[in-house]
Amino acid sequence: MEWKEILTRLIKNKLSLFGLIIILFFVLVAVFAPYLAPPRSPEDAYEIPRAGWQVEPQPPREGYLFGTAQGSYDIFYGMVWGTRTAFRIGVIVVGLSSLFGIIIGTLSAYYGGIIDEFFMRITDVFMSIPFLVAAMVLTTILGKGLDNVMIALVTFGWMGTARLMRSQVLEIKNEEFVQASIALGASDTRIIFKHIIANCIFPVLIQAFMRMGSMVITASALSFLGVGAPEGYADWGQMITFARDWILGGQGSALKYWYTVVIPGTAIMLFSLSWNLIGDAFRDILDPKLN
Amino acid sequence: MSKEALVEVKNLKTYFYTEEGVVKAVDGVDYEIYPGETLGIVGESGCGKSVTSLSIMRLVESPPGRIEAGEINFKGTDLTKLSEKEMRKIRGNDISMIFQEPMTSLNPVYTVGDQIIEAITLHKGVKRKEARRQAIEMLQKVGIPLPEQRVDEYPHQLSGGMRQRVMIAMALSCDPQLLIADEPTTALDVTIQAQILELMNSLKESYGMAIMMITHDLGVIAEVSDRVAVMYAGKVVEYTDVDTLFDDPKHPYTWGLMNSIPKLDKDVDRLEAIPGSVPSPLNFPEGCKFNTRCPLAKGKCYDVEPPLEDTDGGHMVRCWRYEHLEEIKKRGERIYEDRGVQK
Repeated sequence: MEWKEILTRLIKNKLSLFGLIIILFFVLVAVFAPYLAPPRSPEDAYEIPRAGWQVEPQPPREGYLFGTAQGSYDIFYGMVWGTRTAFRIGVIVVGLSSLFGIIIGTLSAYYGGIIDEFFMRITDVFMSIPFLVAAMVLTTILGKGLDNVMIALVTFGWMGTARLMRSQVLEIKNEEFVQASIALGASDTRIIFKHIIANCIFPVLIQAFMRMGSMVITASALSFLGVGAPEGYADWGQMITFARDWILGGQGSALKYWYTVVIPGTAIMLFSLSWNLIGDAFRDILDPKLN
Repeated sequence: MSKEALVEVKNLKTYFYTEEGVVKAVDGVDYEIYPGETLGIVGESGCGKSVTSLSIMRLVESPPGRIEAGEINFKGTDLTKLSEKEMRKIRGNDISMIFQEPMTSLNPVYTVGDQIIEAITLHKGVKRKEARRQAIEMLQKVGIPLPEQRVDEYPHQLSGGMRQRVMIAMALSCDPQLLIADEPTTALDVTIQAQILELMNSLKESYGMAIMMITHDLGVIAEVSDRVAVMYAGKVVEYTDVDTLFDDPKHPYTWGLMNSIPKLDKDVDRLEAIPGSVPSPLNFPEGCKFNTRCPLAKGKCYDVEPPLEDTDGGHMVRCWRYEHLEEIKKRGERIYEDRGVQK
């Protein structure tokens, strides 16, 4: 299928159009972050500026569009620059873990036998450890910080792709056109890259889209649990962390500090929702049974 | 024949080692293919005809399959002894293959042009632009209308017959000396079948290559072959030129195959049919492999496997009692029981 056709169909589908618009919005926010929320100095742009030293969150007001969070951190600034962090986490983690998964899954399925056995048992071991716990432990060992969160997420995030890729390759490698290509004298590398991966990549792509959202949620969860970004770093998970003590409101009003939860929560939700919508639409477009 | 054989298969044995036991898919097959001729290989499903061709290409999946013994001499080189890398140079270049299913033999994500160009650049080492020009030329040769336009189309945009033509174009793009066609027309409808066979015949002449035609369809054999090897249970049971085979089949199996087809010039009430099916390759019978289904089987047939014997002037038959069959044929009797197959 042509890319053009896929794109037209993505736009025609209302849900995926909605998803695309949201993602486009976030992309614009990330690109124009320096204009939307000018940093005090370009070197530490990801450092959220503080309005003062007040512990209690303050509601939206002049100069602080979304209010300030615990410790007087500017929520608007954190959200804007956090968008960049979200994309960075999503793209790097999903990209790297998909790459590992594709390599391992393809090698296992194509060569089979002992290689398959070896890689799949490793996959089983990694899968047997609960994802969030494993990521948390590894981040703790490596030390706090977003880079280490990403390393941990990649380390424990490739298995799904590997298994998916393996099952796809197992199916494709017995297709007659692969046989035909061998009969024409093509080498293993040529067959893997030209014939097998090209035919297996779509389900993996769809899965990758779906994981973009969930990886950002997981990274936020790690930040929320205190092993993610250092305090004051522009990251959506961090923004939620600021809200931890204020979720229940106070002084007889449950909704008193709503902006500390609702704003970063909505952003995270919309971000992962839009990737899922696009992934869903992709799946429908590429499923020949639904055409 | 005085010419030197292009391919000489000697005592080829390809076995599959499965959990249930050793499957002797090809068990001692001999034949030759001469330059410019078509050798037909005919037999029921599971008789080892496809495995023979895959063995020549060294495409037998290993494990579980293995070429156990024998030689495949292609222009003086024994293909069974070549390394995978050397073999890759032969595949597609000297020996090409076309498969049964034109629907699945082309990669759905590339245009047909891409796939022919791949075959050309693999072996000829020409630039992409030149390869594209040659691809268009090939498409034209195999009778595809508007080749400049078709070259950029995807396989799903072509019909079954068109795709088989593309497969042939791909297989012939590097001027092979031998083309192995594994049931190339089985998946096509009858009118297209005839066109494809005609195309293969004319291309054979213009390219001067040899064709190994594997099929279960005696009609196809009659149409294209010069010589025929009839296979049964992993062995060649009858091997002769095509006219002799159709005029005077000497093996009871071949005789049965011939008489199971309705003929226009002969009026019979009921067609003969060979009873039963091919025995499981895991437990072939003792003696002649055909003895479970052969109406003439007697004594020796159950104990000793007959050799492939030259009866007269190159007509090879693997049967102890072919002379007995001759007598029956002279009397005009049938050997297979009437099993109620309506004409």
